[in-house]
Amino acid sequence: MNLKLALVLLLAAAPALAQQSPYAEYQRMALENAPVELFEQGGEDLWKKRQGPKNASLEQCDLGQGPGVLKGAYAGLPRYFADADRVMDLESRLLYCMTTLQGRSREAATKRVFGNADTPSEMEYLSAYIARQSNGMKIAPGRTHPKERAAYELGQKLFFHRAGTWDFSCASCHGEEGKRIRMSDLPVLSKPQYARPLMATWPAYRVSTSSFVTLQWRMNDCYRQMRMPEPLFGSETTVALIAFLMATAEGEPYRGPAIKR
Amino acid sequence: MRPFLPMCFAVTLAACAAPATVGERPDVSPGDLDKITAVLKHDFHERGQARMDRIELDAVQRLCNLHADNPPEALAKPLEEAQLKAIPFPQGNLIGDWKRGERIAQSGRGSMWSDKPGVQDGGSCYNCHQLSPREPAHGTLGPSLAGFGKLRGASAEMQKYAYGRIYNSKAYNVCSQMPRLGHAGTLNEQQIKDLVGLLLDPASPVNQ
Repeated sequence: MNLKLALVLLLAAAPALAQQSPYAEYQRMALENAPVELFEQGGEDLWKKRQGPKNASLEQCDLGQGPGVLKGAYAGLPRYFADADRVMDLESRLLYCMTTLQGRSREAATKRVFGNADTPSEMEYLSAYIARQSNGMKIAPGRTHPKERAAYELGQKLFFHRAGTWDFSCASCHGEEGKRIRMSDLPVLSKPQYARPLMATWPAYRVSTSSFVTLQWRMNDCYRQMRMPEPLFGSETTVALIAFLMATAEGEPYRGPAIKR
Repeated sequence: MRPFLPMCFAVTLAACAAPATVGERPDVSPGDLDKITAVLKHDFHERGQARMDRIELDAVQRLCNLHADNPPEALAKPLEEAQLKAIPFPQGNLIGDWKRGERIAQSGRGSMWSDKPGVQDGGSCYNCHQLSPREPAHGTLGPSLAGFGKLRGASAEMQKYAYGRIYNSKAYNVCSQMPRLGHAGTLNEQQIKDLVGLLLDPASPVNQ
């Protein structure tokens, strides 16, 4: 929705909100005004922008549905790509296209994969633009190729693998129903009823940090809080976990990019 | 997650060998652990204080991963005893300053690659436990510790138990979900004493 229009509607609706708690109103206002569309627009510009030594755009990038096909592409990831002979999620596939189509080095293309409120990253813009075009489509990552099955199984084992200074696995926080950290509810992400609504909304705009966040960022920041060293962007580990989580959410209509607290 | 193993023992052993379905914790072999560790070693890099040696599994992590956090008693007991033996219990009174303890319990910093080592590290206690009734924003992953000292007293034995539990929870329950805060080097002796004070001091808000 157009930002000005949103503001006008908000002002018009103000008297009706008087009954609600100030916090609920703040939340609603923050959500209404979250600039997801701006990220999508920025992503479209970057998708079409010629850059790198080959002075090429990403428009011929094959995200699994054929070169340049964006409709439904995100809902079908991660999946196996024969040209790279590996399973890729959206971000590792974008990185692949940046290196092959645009001729950029991996080092240059991953210099700043996670942005912040002031300067979002290229990956964040592109993720917003591409994910939007799976809106309403069912989550259906690749499950049949032997490497897709191997990624799922590795992701499932990684989810429960305890390691690091604090002996944590993903399941340390996301393994038991009805638990929370401080006041944050913890979804049991190995179970479809919890994975489905959650995975259907990533990537997302985060109101609390005014930034757009992707699944690669989520994996990275969970490992930080698990007191582990840092996973490489788009690595086998992070892609396998995303493959496991998306497969656990299989069949859920995608409804992102969403807005989160 | 926890009821899974006993449940499958109750059905048949064959059910345990079948591939895990969605939502269940899969069986993991020693070979799987080696493979996972090799993948992590390949995919991760050192950052800040988070060095690559954190990828390596120690005997406790290995046992708990192999047995879905529910190892047979015969394997768990000797490891618990070894962990208990390795705790350097200080001499004398272990009840530190509960006010400092409260600050340590509140702080979620410590041992992350984004934390400056040794600077105001906390125990992240409130992330998982209820402690002072004045703090409503507490997690529920661990049991409530409200009234801990009021219920148990502050005997030398209880001080030692509280100190040991914080230093290395795995000495008491080998697959405990609680980090080994002293063993891991996150908290030092004085900080753990201050937390013991928070738990046991009759003046602590925990015991009001």
